[in-house]
Formats: sequence, C-alpha cells, structure tokens
Amino acid sequence: MSMSAAIAPAKVEDLPAAPRDWLPILLVPILILLALPLVGSFPTWATLTIAGLAMGLIIFLVASGLTLVFGLMDVMNFGHGIFVALGAFVGVTTISMLGGWTASSSFALNLAAIGCAGLAAAVVAGTVGIAFERVMVRPVYGLHLKQILVTMGGMIVAEQVILALWGPEARPMMRPASLQGSFIFGDVAIEKFRLLAVCLGLAIFAAMFLLLNRTKLGLLIRAGVQDREMVEALGYRVRFLFIGVFAAGSALAGLGGTMFGLYQELVTTAIGAQMMVLIFIVIIIGGLGSVGGCFVGALLVGLASNYIGFVAPKVNLFSSILLMVLILLWRPQGLFPVAKR
Amino acid sequence: MLNNMLSRDLPRSKLLAAILLIIIVGLLATPFVFPGARSLNVGAKIAVFIVLAASYDLMLGYTGIVSFAHTMFFGIGAYGIGIASTQMGPTWTAVAAGTLAALILSTVLALGISLFSLRVRAIFFAMITLAVAAAFMTMASQFSDWTGGEDGLNFKVPELISPAFSLSDEKFLGANLDGKLIAYYMVVLISGGLFLLMLRIVNSPFGRVLMAIRDNDFRSEAIGYRNVTYRSLSSVLAAVFATLAGVLYALWLRYNGPGTTLSFDIMIDVLLIVVIGGMGTLYGAVVGSTLFNIAQGYLQDLLKLAQGNIDSLPVIGALFHPDRWLFWLGLLFVLSVYFFPFGIVGKLRAGALAKTRRSA
Repeated sequence: MSMSAAIAPAKVEDLPAAPRDWLPILLVPILILLALPLVGSFPTWATLTIAGLAMGLIIFLVASGLTLVFGLMDVMNFGHGIFVALGAFVGVTTISMLGGWTASSSFALNLAAIGCAGLAAAVVAGTVGIAFERVMVRPVYGLHLKQILVTMGGMIVAEQVILALWGPEARPMMRPASLQGSFIFGDVAIEKFRLLAVCLGLAIFAAMFLLLNRTKLGLLIRAGVQDREMVEALGYRVRFLFIGVFAAGSALAGLGGTMFGLYQELVTTAIGAQMMVLIFIVIIIGGLGSVGGCFVGALLVGLASNYIGFVAPKVNLFSSILLMVLILLWRPQGLFPVAKR
Repeated sequence: MLNNMLSRDLPRSKLLAAILLIIIVGLLATPFVFPGARSLNVGAKIAVFIVLAASYDLMLGYTGIVSFAHTMFFGIGAYGIGIASTQMGPTWTAVAAGTLAALILSTVLALGISLFSLRVRAIFFAMITLAVAAAFMTMASQFSDWTGGEDGLNFKVPELISPAFSLSDEKFLGANLDGKLIAYYMVVLISGGLFLLMLRIVNSPFGRVLMAIRDNDFRSEAIGYRNVTYRSLSSVLAAVFATLAGVLYALWLRYNGPGTTLSFDIMIDVLLIVVIGGMGTLYGAVVGSTLFNIAQGYLQDLLKLAQGNIDSLPVIGALFHPDRWLFWLGLLFVLSVYFFPFGIVGKLRAGALAKTRRSA
C-alpha cells in the first residue's frame, strides 16, 4: 500500500515553488534611498532618479539581446555597439524626414514620429543583425578568441561604413515639440522625454518578461540558455532560435540607439563604443545570460552613474566599475548566475 | 651567438629572415639613408610599436587572452615620463622616477584586473579591460592639472637626447649629429633589447606553459599548472613591456596626450598589427608594425589617388575617401582572422615548411 503511494506522481500543486531570489532586486530601491542623503536636496534627487531609470531602461533595451545571445550560443558579440550607432543614425534620418510631425504640437503625431523612427531603426538594425550573424559570427562558433577578434573587426568595418554613409559630423537629434521641456510638480522638474523613455522601457521589459515566461518560445529560449544540448536532443533547433534572438537583440539595440540619441539629443558614431562599455558592465553585474539580472544591473548602473555624475562628476565612469567590483565580490558569477556557465 | 640571441627561435623561413634583416638594417640606417624629420619619426614609431605589439602578442598570441586595456599601460608609461618631467624638470632622475612610478602603477593595475577577472572566466577579462580602459581614459582627461587634459603635455627631456644638444657642427653622411639622433638610436636599440628579452621569455619553460594554456587550458590545469597564476603573470609582463614602450615613445615625442597613447584607436592599431603580422609569433609584431606604420603614412596617399577616379560613385566613392583607410584595414583584419590565423609570418613559415618537405 505504502509503496504505491510513494510511486504515485506528485501533483503540480505538491511541488515546492521555485525559490525566488529577492535580494538582488532589493538593491535598486536600496540604492535609490541611499542616494537621497548623498544628493541632499529632494527635487534634485527626484530628477536624478527619473533620469537614472530612463538611462537604465535604455541600457537594458540594448544589453538584453547581448546577454541572451551569449546565454544561448556562448557567443560574445563585441560588435553589438554597432547596432546602437546604426539605430541612432537611422532614427536621426527618419525624424528629420518626418519634420512636419515632430514640429506639430500634437502629442499623438510626435509619438508617431518617434514610433516610426524607432521602428525603422529596429528593422534596419535587425536586418543588419541577421547579415552580421551570417557573415561574421557563424564561421567562428565555439572559438572565443576568434569571436572577440572578428566581431571587433566587424565593428571597425561597420563603423567606417556608417561614417561613409552619414559623414563624420555629429548630428543633433531634436526631440519632438511636445516632448521638450519638463513637467513641474512643486519643486520637482521631470523631463517629459525621460518619462516617456521609462514608460517605453518598462513596456518592453514587460513584453519580454511575458514572452520569456509565458510562451513556449520563451520556454525554449530559457531552456536553451540553461542547457543547449538537452534542448537539441529533444529535437528543437537551437540554431534557429539563436538567429531569431540575435535579430531581435540587434533590433532592440537599434531601438535603444534611437532612444539614447534622443536622450542625449546628439548622435555620433562613438555612441556605440560609448555604450558598449556600460553594456558589458551591466551584463557582467547581472550574470552572463540572465535577462532578469541584466534588468537589475541596467537600473543600478543607470542610477549610479546619474547620482555619482552629480555628486562627483570626475569619477563618473569609475562609479559603474566600482559597482561591478562590489557586486562581483559579493557574487562572483553576477547577481543571477545562470546554471552551468 | 645569433642562435642564443634569438633564444633558438629562428625565423624558419628564408624570405622572413630577409624581410627582418631589411627592417633591422633599415631602422638602423634611416637617419643617414633617409634624412629628415618625417622618416626619423616613422622609424622611431616603428621601433616603439614593435615592442608594444610584441608585448600584446605575449597575451593574445601566446596565452590566448584578449585585453582591450593594453594602451592604458602604454599611456601610463608615457604619462609617467610626461608628468615626472613637467614636475621635476628635464633630468635623468625625473626619467627614472617617472619610469619606476609608471611600472609600479602598471603592475598593480594589471595584477588587480587579472586576479579579479581571470579567476572567474577568461571572457570577463576582455569585457572588464574594455571598461577599465574607457574609465581610465576619461579620468586622464579629467585630471587636467596633472595630465594637461585633452591638450596633453609638452615637456623637455634630458639634454643629451634633446634636439638642442649637438655633438659636432659638421654633418655626417647628411645627418645632423644632434640629440635627436642620439634619442633615435636610444629608442631603436632599447626596443631591440626589449624585443629580444620577450623572445627569451616566450621560449623559456614559462612561455611553453603559456602556450599549453592557450592550446588546452583544461589539460594544462590537469597536469598541475595553475592557469590563473600563469595567465595573470603573462598579463602583468605584457603590461610592464607596454609601459616601457610608452616611456620610450614619450621620450622620443617630448609630448604626450590622450590621442597619442591612450585612445582606443591605438588599441585597434595594435590589434591590427598583431593579427596581420601573425599571432603567436613575435616576429609578426616586427613585420606588422613596419607594414602598418608605413601604410599609415602612404596608404592614405594611395587612396587619394584611387578616389580621384571613382569619386562619382556615391557610397563606394565615400569608402575610398582617404579618411576611410581604417575600413580597408578592418576588412583585412577580419579576412586575416578567418583565412590566415597566423598572419604574414605564419604564411611565410608554412610556405618554407612545405618547400623543405617537398625537397626531402
């Protein structure tokens, strides 16, 4: 009797829930609260916090694709920054073509202009991403050293092509009329565009979270990150998944480029390399291959660089590195280590 | 004796030996054969970049780890001389103090970065060095009281190697016998010495362990070598040699700024030199650096010529613009990683090997 009871399969409800690791997520509110006495005045702090969140979410857009690509196929794409630069330049061109829409004071038309620019950037960057995967990455699977060299070389070449197409001058990137200026709540001034960036970033994060956690495709991607060979043994072609993720990651990087261009209101070819540094710090902090970790890491880096940029501008970039060092001392594999890697 | 000097690591290809000989004789004869400031500058730059590229190859080609912070160490060496010379005046004491301080800083930084990142995973190293180098560069331009910011530092060097010093008023074979000439030979000879020292290192038992780690890190660990220790030592050694290269470069130029030693463009140049010349062969650094520095001066002229003919085509014409010369080098870089992983030197050696096999 007791034997058969032991053999009976456990019901789903009987299984213990997977333990959630809340500690890293708590770091974000802790950092925000710690910064308040450091910054001193509440209105400045609120402005900096929104700016940090906006920047963090833009970084997340760009970094999420890179970390998934690494998780799935063990490919570290050092040329990822080129999609950012490409997206920014396509965005500039699109927005300047839609001059009528951006100049009008109608919020809907302005939003449509940004939407078109983002879409164009995503489509172009995604297409180039597929080509980049085919030409640059595919011949060097499994060879880390060559991957780094080839993708870096690809970045050099692509950067020169962008320079040839758009010219070497920095392009100013105007925000549409109704997104210029700030909302004023009492003493607190919040730039309208930053608020939009926060909303957009959160929406995309939510969509990605649902896709990864609630669909079969997402299940396969997550499983592939955990153990590629097992998923292949079950009959799924992780290679196709990978191409899809690579294209989607490049498209998101392109969108992130447009947003970052609007955030800085200036676009240069250096935008890609500039962002690459932050992206690497973010995905190392998050744990290579982890999207959740990438999200937390991006917010931390965005916030820290805005706070420190205000308190001690000279050591701004070192603040992100210091943050990374501290987190790696605490968890050497990043905030959310991915199994096996 | 030659065999001992080259640490029994001979060129192993007649053509390569001939090319190396031409480069050495060319560097030594430059002041007399091609007098003029421009050719002297190119010669000194070739010599310094041989050391810089060879030290990078110590990591990339011999140990199999990619660093993007190599120019940071190059810059530390150059800033060491620059800052010491501006603060202490143009004396040899200042040169010694600057070099020593730079070497200590480089060693500590390299050791810190390696122990921190190589302990976890080798790919961390590439990413972390990229971040640290970027941060270091912004810091160098921020602390402008010391570093001169974006403008850099102009400083005086000890009298013996400054252009004002003169051995004799008469010209010898068309060259002025002045401090500039002494400085040139100092740079070239010290570079040669450093190169031979590195050749000694990679051909020592220590160098063999590095190559074992490069080829199969799992196995070398299993045999009983601590990969982390060896990889870290290799990156520290590379940093030390890069610092010395920076010292030489600053003494030669009597100027240092972020664009001359620290910038990421120089990092890319070094990558191109090492890969095109040949990874894992120090001679590749010699060939690559010579080729690159000559190309840098003259490829642009060639492109100007080409542009005149196809200027009418929209995008292609823009790619032949003299400023786009990095495009062509980048293309060459990618192609050589795919098709000639051991670069020019590897190709020459393979050719020589095939020939001896045929005749045997």
